[in-house]
This record gives sequence, structure tokens and C-alpha cells, in this order.
Amino acid sequence: MDFGNLFGSPENFLSYTMGGLVFGAIYALIALGYTMVYGVLQLINFAHSEVFMYGTFAVAWVFILLHGTGSATWDLGEAVPVLLVALLAACALSAGVALLIERVAYRPLLNKNAPKLIALISAIGASFALAEAMGLRDRFAEVFRLDDNLADYVAPGKARDVFTNPVTIREHDLFTIGGYSLSDIDLVIIVSALLMMVALDQFVRRTRFGRGIRAVAQDPESAALMGVNPTRVVQVTFVIGGLMAGVAATLYMMKVGVTRQNAGFILGVKAFTAAVMGGIGNLRGALLGGLILGVMENWGSAVFGQSWKDVVAFVLLVLILLVRPSGLLGEALGKARA
Amino acid sequence: MRLNKVFGASVATLALSLSMVACGSDDGDGGSDADGGDLCGKNLAFLGALTGDAGALGQNMVNGIDLALKEYNADNPDCKINLKKFDSQGSPEKAPALATQIINDDTIVGLVGPGFSGESLATGKTFFEAGLPSISPSATNVTITQQGWTTWHRVIGNDDAQGKADAKYLTETAGASKVFVVDDGQDYSKGLAGTVKDALGDALVDSDQISVGDTNMSAIVQAVKSSGADAVFYGGYYTEAGLLAKQLRQGGFKGTFMSGDGSEDPNFVKVAGAEGANDAVLSAPAAPAPADFGATGLYATQAYDATNIFLAAIKDGAKDGQEINEFIGSYTGDGVSGPIAFDENGDIKESKIFAYFVKDGALDVENPEAIE
Repeated sequence: MDFGNLFGSPENFLSYTMGGLVFGAIYALIALGYTMVYGVLQLINFAHSEVFMYGTFAVAWVFILLHGTGSATWDLGEAVPVLLVALLAACALSAGVALLIERVAYRPLLNKNAPKLIALISAIGASFALAEAMGLRDRFAEVFRLDDNLADYVAPGKARDVFTNPVTIREHDLFTIGGYSLSDIDLVIIVSALLMMVALDQFVRRTRFGRGIRAVAQDPESAALMGVNPTRVVQVTFVIGGLMAGVAATLYMMKVGVTRQNAGFILGVKAFTAAVMGGIGNLRGALLGGLILGVMENWGSAVFGQSWKDVVAFVLLVLILLVRPSGLLGEALGKARA
Repeated sequence: MRLNKVFGASVATLALSLSMVACGSDDGDGGSDADGGDLCGKNLAFLGALTGDAGALGQNMVNGIDLALKEYNADNPDCKINLKKFDSQGSPEKAPALATQIINDDTIVGLVGPGFSGESLATGKTFFEAGLPSISPSATNVTITQQGWTTWHRVIGNDDAQGKADAKYLTETAGASKVFVVDDGQDYSKGLAGTVKDALGDALVDSDQISVGDTNMSAIVQAVKSSGADAVFYGGYYTEAGLLAKQLRQGGFKGTFMSGDGSEDPNFVKVAGAEGANDAVLSAPAAPAPADFGATGLYATQAYDATNIFLAAIKDGAKDGQEINEFIGSYTGDGVSGPIAFDENGDIKESKIFAYFVKDGALDVENPEAIE
């Protein structure tokens, strides 16, 4: 137990905290998907982790498509055009997968008024099916006889191995405070996450459609009576969750650069934890939960060692829920002020 | 309702056809009608990681086995031996079920593998009790040969030798005086990192452990920087090694990055990126393959040699597992990977550790430095 490691020098403290904020921002963006679907449907979308994972593959595929498979190292400025295309592709694929999940795994059950537990089981099944489908992507390509054309994209024979983005994005230090240097990638990640959060918050609070979402979250039947189309609202909620996951996927690939078919699992569990910690159903709670979780993980690593990182995160979750069962910010989506 | 019945029937048909497609995949055909006595037409098995985080290493081993079998079958067309592959994904949880399949298959007379230390420890007893001889091309954990499994052998030096050599390289050749050791908690990784820590003595400044699948190494990077370490040793496989190297370099770490044979693979460079991987030192108890050797990758030569020992036993007329095992125990010869002879525990008698370097964005597999 080494508190001196964390608080001993401004450089250490800033480094652990900012490093935690970077990953926390990614958790927060993924947590938005969980929290929004819960707010509207009272259902935990366990397959959201795979929505994120497909987004990461989309980013890697765009880089392979536009750059080729040769390794390269680019500066952030050089990478921006390809990153923007990758962002679009990731958002599109993630949103598409989210819609697919809604249509296939949830809507038939919810239309039959099945118990929420059944929908949960369906969610878990969808999560495994999607993850394994990505793990077997080379077999799918074989079935469609595209395995030669798509060889670079499906990496035959190593389907469950890590899938690397051939382009590594070099980090540059922007400015230095107290011995700690903030890198450009870290800044972009934190700022992007905050911007997306603000944009989503404004969408839900100020636009007509956002009001529709809040109405369905409060009471779907009354909302229908008021002229809101609940099915459409649910679809848009899933799409928004997918878009946020797509942004998270792009930022994640910018920073980490590798993915695999179960990359979504660990991040999904952490993001779900973050959503619950902040108050499930609460958008700002997702942001707060994500950032706190990221920072606490790093602080836990600093004090106890990296192997205790997950223990710290989950003990924190339990403590918060014991004191405040509805999460830190507590409010649900339906109760957000107009 | 009729619609439900049609739907139900089509789902059932879909499920049935999918399972038939899945079962129809071939992982090597085997077994022919050999008359009793000699082992012609039987199979060798491979158990290891063909897919997964370290799948490239298993693929290398299969390359070596296939090459040896191709040469043997060309020379002995009326006594062909084939290979059955079992993909454990390198996981000690998945391997035992596959081990049971292997020992229940009467056509399998020998095992080249298991690939990794964790799965070796998990399956060694099963193979020993079934009397199936095995030669591993790559499992280096020291404790495997201390279990009393007389059917288990390896053609590669163990982590005792590798760990001591790595520590020696770091302190003497690289001139490091403060080494930070990281591992990922698996049997091989902890074993190797443990030996390195012991051998470093006072040069060890701190150590930590990550989990397989971790991608956020920022806390370890900061710990390394604040400890003032001038070298980092990572025990584990290439995926996490690459991520750690990349984030260390991005974080401004200028010292030596070294890892063991689990990372000695071109995928390390792919994961770390050229700038992250440059100047990394990757050790392996394996000499570079000869220039015209037909199979590529780390452990290909070991797997080739291991296969050839089995084939030599079969050619010599061994009739069952016990005779093959005796043949292996008394075998001496020169393989492509070096001189081979086994001691009474199944370890190879002589082994040399080589340091491979990453230069100019590529892993140089032809010019390592031997660590004396």
C-alpha cells in the first residue's frame, strides 16, 4: 500500500489522474448506451459491449482500406482525415449493430410483454453470438467465397488473435505541468467525450425528439397517447447508444490500436459499472461514473498495484451503492428537467 | 398457429445445418487400416494455441510439424503418419477437455505439445496416466518436469536457464542497474519473471502484475517512470508485451525493454508499432532457423525436431506408447534447433539462450546474440 506513490509528486498525481480520465472518458461514452436503453426500456442491454467492439473493428478496417496493411506511424494531424472516415464508419456500424440487436433480440420479446428477465437472457445470448461471430469472421468470408478478397480484413487462421491497426498514431506532448506532460491524443479523447456528452444532454433536454425520449422513459402508454411513437423512440435510443459507442471505439483505437473479438467484454463490464455507479438512467451520471471509475482504477493501481485495480473499482461500486442505492446522481432519464 | 410451426421448423433446420457445417471442418484426417504391430498410418497430435491471444506461436509449431511429416511421408509413402490438431487457444481451462479427447483416440500415438506451460501443467497428469508420450516444443516453466511425469519431455531450454540469462543480459550487456519486472500472472509468465527477479537481486527496483486482456497500462508506465528504472522486463506473451512497450515509449521511457520467448514474434512489432518496438530485446531458448528451413516462426524448428524424434521411434519399430517413450528417453541426436538429449526429468540437456532484437521496425530473426 503505497500512498506515497500516488500523492508523492505532482507529476505522479497528475499522470495517474489524467491517465484515468482518458480511459474514464471512453467508459463514459460506452456507459451512455447502457444508461439510455435502461432509461427508456428498463432493460440492461448486455449486448452493447459488442456494439462497441464492432465499432473498433470498423476503425481498423477503414485504416486498412485507406492505407493498406503496411505498418506506419502517423502524427495526429496527418491521421485526421482517415480518423474522420473511421469515425463515420464506426458510428454507422455500431448504430447498425445496435438496431439489429433491438430488432432481433428485444422487440419480439417486448411486444409479447415478456418478463424483463427473458429480455436480459436474450441480451446475454446476443452478446455471445455477436462476439463469436466476429471471432469466426474468416469462416463467414469463406462461406461467401470472399476469403481471398477480404483476407486482410479477416486475418484467416488467427481469428481470435488481436487485430491490430497497421497505423500507429504517435502521441505528442502538448504542454507540461509540474513534470507531467499532457499528450494530444489524451486531450482529444477527454474533450471529445465531454463534447458528445454535452451534445447528447442538449438533445435530450431541448429538442422535441429528446422530449419524446423522456416521455417514453416516464410512461410509454401516456407518451403514445400524446402522439409519441414509442417504437421509433426505442429505435432512436439504440441508435444514439450505438453512435456514442462508435465515437468511443474510434477514440479507443486511436489510443490503444488493437482490438479482438472479446475486447468489448471487459470494457462493457466497466462501462456498465460506471453507469450504475453514476445512477442508471441518468446521462450525467454515466459521465460522472465513467470518469470516477477511470480515475479510481488508476489510483488503485498506484496505491495497491495493477493487479488490484479491478478489486478497487468494484469495491468502490459496492460502497457507493450501499450508501446511495440509486447511484451517485440518482435521477432517472424520465425525471430530467425540461 | 401455423406461422409459429413453420418458424419453429425453419429454426430447427437452421440449427441443424449450422452444426453440420461446424462439425464438417477438418483438422487433419487420420487413421488408416494398419495391420497390428507397426504404427504406420497412425497419427500424431498437436495440442496448443492455434487461435487466440498467442495463436501465432501455435501456428508456427504446426508449420514445423507439417514440414517434418511432409518430408517423412515423401520418404516413406507406404507408412504415412498424419497430424490431428487440437486448438486449446493456449488456455489451461480449455486444454483438459481436449486432452481427454486425445487419450481416447486410439489412432494417436504421440503428442507434439502442449504448446504452453499453463496447459502442460493442466494436462500432464492425464497424459502420464494414459501413457501417451509427449514432447513439447515450447513449454518452458520449470515446475512441469518436477511433477514426475515420465512421459513429458521438451526440446527447449526451461525458464530457469532463460530467466538467469535474461537477468544477466540486462545487468551486464544492457548495463541496467534498476530493473522493473512485470508479468501477467500466468504460469509461464510468473515463472519466468520470478526467475528473473531472483537472478537480478539488488538490481530489481520494483515489480507489478497485469492481467491478460488489459489495455490500459498507464498506471504501470507511471510507476516505471517514478521508480527511475532504466530497464523493464516483461514476462508474458506478445499482445500485452506490445501494448506495454508502446505505452512505455509513448510515456517517454528511454530504457531497455526486454521480454521472453512468449513475446518473440513479429506480432509484437505489429501491436507495439514500429516506434514502440524499436530496440526491444526478446529472448528465446531457440537458435535461429537455418537459412533454407521451410517453416517459419519461433518454435517451428523445435516442433520439427520433436516430430522427427517421434518419426524416428516409429521407424525404429516402436510398437506402443511405452516403447516410444523409452526411445525418446534414450535418444541423442542433432536436430535443426541444436543437439538433443533428454535428462531423467524430460528436460533437454543442453540449451542456449539467444537475444533477438527489433531493429528498424522489424524483428530480426536471423542475427540474435547468444547470451553466455
